Amino acid sequence: MARLNIKKGHVEMMHGSGGKASQDLLQQIFLPLFDNPWLDQGNDQAVFDLPPGRVVMATDGYVVSPLFFPGGDIGSLAVHGTVNDLAMAGARPCYLSAGFILEEGFPLADLHRLVASMAAAAKKAGTPIITGDTKVVEKGKGDGVFITTSGVGVVPGGRKLSGDQARPGDAILVSGSIGDHGITLLSLRESLGFETEICSDSQALHRLVEVMLEASPGLRLLRDPTRGGLATCLNELARQSDVGMQIDENQLPIRETVRAACEILGLDPLYSANEGKLVAICPAEEAPALLQAMRRHPQGEDAAIIGQVTRDPQNLVQMRTGFGGQRVIDWLQGDQLPRIC
Amino acid sequence: MKYIDEFRDGEKAGHMARLIHRQVREGRSYRLMEFCGGHTHAIFRYGLVDLLPREIELIHGPGCPVCVLPVARLDMAIELARRPEVILCTYGDMLRVPASDGTSLLKVRAEGGDVRMLYSPLDVLDVARDNLERQVVFFAIGFETTTPPTALLLRQADQLGLTNLSVFCNHVLTPAAMHAILSEDGPLHLDGFIGPAHVSTVIGSQAYEAFPAQYGKPVVIAGFEPLDVLQAILLLVGQLNAGRAEVENQFTRAVTPQGNLKARHLMDEVFTPRDSFEWRGLGSLPASALCLRPGLAHLDAEQRFTFSSGQSRENKACECPAILRGRKKPSECRLFGNPCTPETPQGSCMVSAEGACAAYYGHGRYRTRGPLLAKG
Repeated sequence: MARLNIKKGHVEMMHGSGGKASQDLLQQIFLPLFDNPWLDQGNDQAVFDLPPGRVVMATDGYVVSPLFFPGGDIGSLAVHGTVNDLAMAGARPCYLSAGFILEEGFPLADLHRLVASMAAAAKKAGTPIITGDTKVVEKGKGDGVFITTSGVGVVPGGRKLSGDQARPGDAILVSGSIGDHGITLLSLRESLGFETEICSDSQALHRLVEVMLEASPGLRLLRDPTRGGLATCLNELARQSDVGMQIDENQLPIRETVRAACEILGLDPLYSANEGKLVAICPAEEAPALLQAMRRHPQGEDAAIIGQVTRDPQNLVQMRTGFGGQRVIDWLQGDQLPRIC
Repeated sequence: MKYIDEFRDGEKAGHMARLIHRQVREGRSYRLMEFCGGHTHAIFRYGLVDLLPREIELIHGPGCPVCVLPVARLDMAIELARRPEVILCTYGDMLRVPASDGTSLLKVRAEGGDVRMLYSPLDVLDVARDNLERQVVFFAIGFETTTPPTALLLRQADQLGLTNLSVFCNHVLTPAAMHAILSEDGPLHLDGFIGPAHVSTVIGSQAYEAFPAQYGKPVVIAGFEPLDVLQAILLLVGQLNAGRAEVENQFTRAVTPQGNLKARHLMDEVFTPRDSFEWRGLGSLPASALCLRPGLAHLDAEQRFTFSSGQSRENKACECPAILRGRKKPSECRLFGNPCTPETPQGSCMVSAEGACAAYYGHGRYRTRGPLLAKG
């Protein structure tokens, strides 16, 4: 085995060849960090058992730029994003897989750092990465590293959350401040060059979800407002459930720094991405208990009831502004932001 | 946020709205044009219309740089972007504006053209220095707000002797457009102006003295915050009730009578008025736009490149021209909502967040429910 120079070395084409160099990369970076019996078996796949319940699967690609940001990096994000996709179905996430596309010339030190972060995130979430793949593309054909993760989880019997279940009169909640992730990423862009104290909210939400399902047995649906932000998420849900929504700007939890950054950049925090927040819709009578349970959990301290579901054949999402007027909250149009997830 | 939240205070808004309700006289209308897209955006974003009495009609003006640029100029930019040696730099708003044949800078980029979005014109200097073997062109648009930064870019490029940088200049002048609207044929359809905020920080409140004097129309310069707009409306109602026509400055925290002298000198040093310039909606207006002074001709993209004289085509059903003159409302255009949406804009007013159609569609369409709106 050739010893990798993790401090100063770089990813080379041969590391993706499938030959000895690929093994070196695997043995010296991925396996020791991910450290679980499935990977240690050295097979091309993982064989595992699942607890009883319906099986849920989700997959997501991560191309965030920059790769490292306050509050996380592409590695932890690739764990949290997929775990959250499972959790939004009310699932208990069990296992992850990870596919890496590395660009020739990518520093091994950076690779080590992000794989370590990914391993830590997976450990914390209780979702080992049990199978994976690594490919290398020529310099200029990638952007450092792209990661795809897939996850498998189990929904215990009796739970049925789905985006089409919102009913007029239901309450709409968010689990905390919105826009943090998107604005953090944007503030790091070279051409903007301003510094903020905010950091990404990237985190796994499945434990909060467990608490929520206990507090609100009639919970209709959950969704994490990632790309496109809260505004796009609510529009998706309104269309899926064939309802309208009315939210109140004064109830939206938004950090002061995020508001300020949005002000400078002419952006709207409603359209800024989140990676550790969720939207929940429940019957109005269950909302107070749900809110209380969320606020008691560290991931839901700033949770708020932000509005209610309405009857609207046009599926409009509307907001009572802090100023006293009314406006439509539309879908995100085009692509005004850099790669954020 | 200090100095921001004060101007978005819902309680004060209620108070100001009550004052307006009390002052408007039954039976008369107050047709007020907010010149700037920034005001249009604020009006919709904060739902101001809900707070106003019926007697007040807000007419959306042409102060949206993207909206008033004629397709022919955009076609020229697209021609530049298609040249393999060119890197075309511009503001994000320009990328999706439909040009002739439904193309756009974004589509040209997808075809392989090197089109880059930037936030500050001075970033163009870095692009030029990093790409000495390429031609870097800044596609400059905007009113007097964005003109000084372009002037600074030109001066620095000249001082640095950057020979691969040029500017495709489309800067236009606010007062010229206001004159055009007020001197249109036919009965005048507006009673007063909510004057520009950021433009006025540069050109000053004195620049508007001609409008009360020549046309008898009051102008109240207002900031872009919602309370600013409400207060400007209150001041305009007061003037109209009293039969006065004056320039009033609501935005005293940023606008002085002379404006920003340093910026104005810089603009004078670098630019000179064109004999005339074609505006979308307003037609060809004399001395309404700027070009580079002859001493800077070596940095002028219109001198450096030759352009084909292709026919530019606008969608004939598109009512942007009438909307820009305040003659029609976006919802009166038969393309509005279907097929023209921010996703598939048919005209420039649907592209920029400051465009009247985009503001109507994005924030205000709960008022204009009806079959003309395509679902989703």
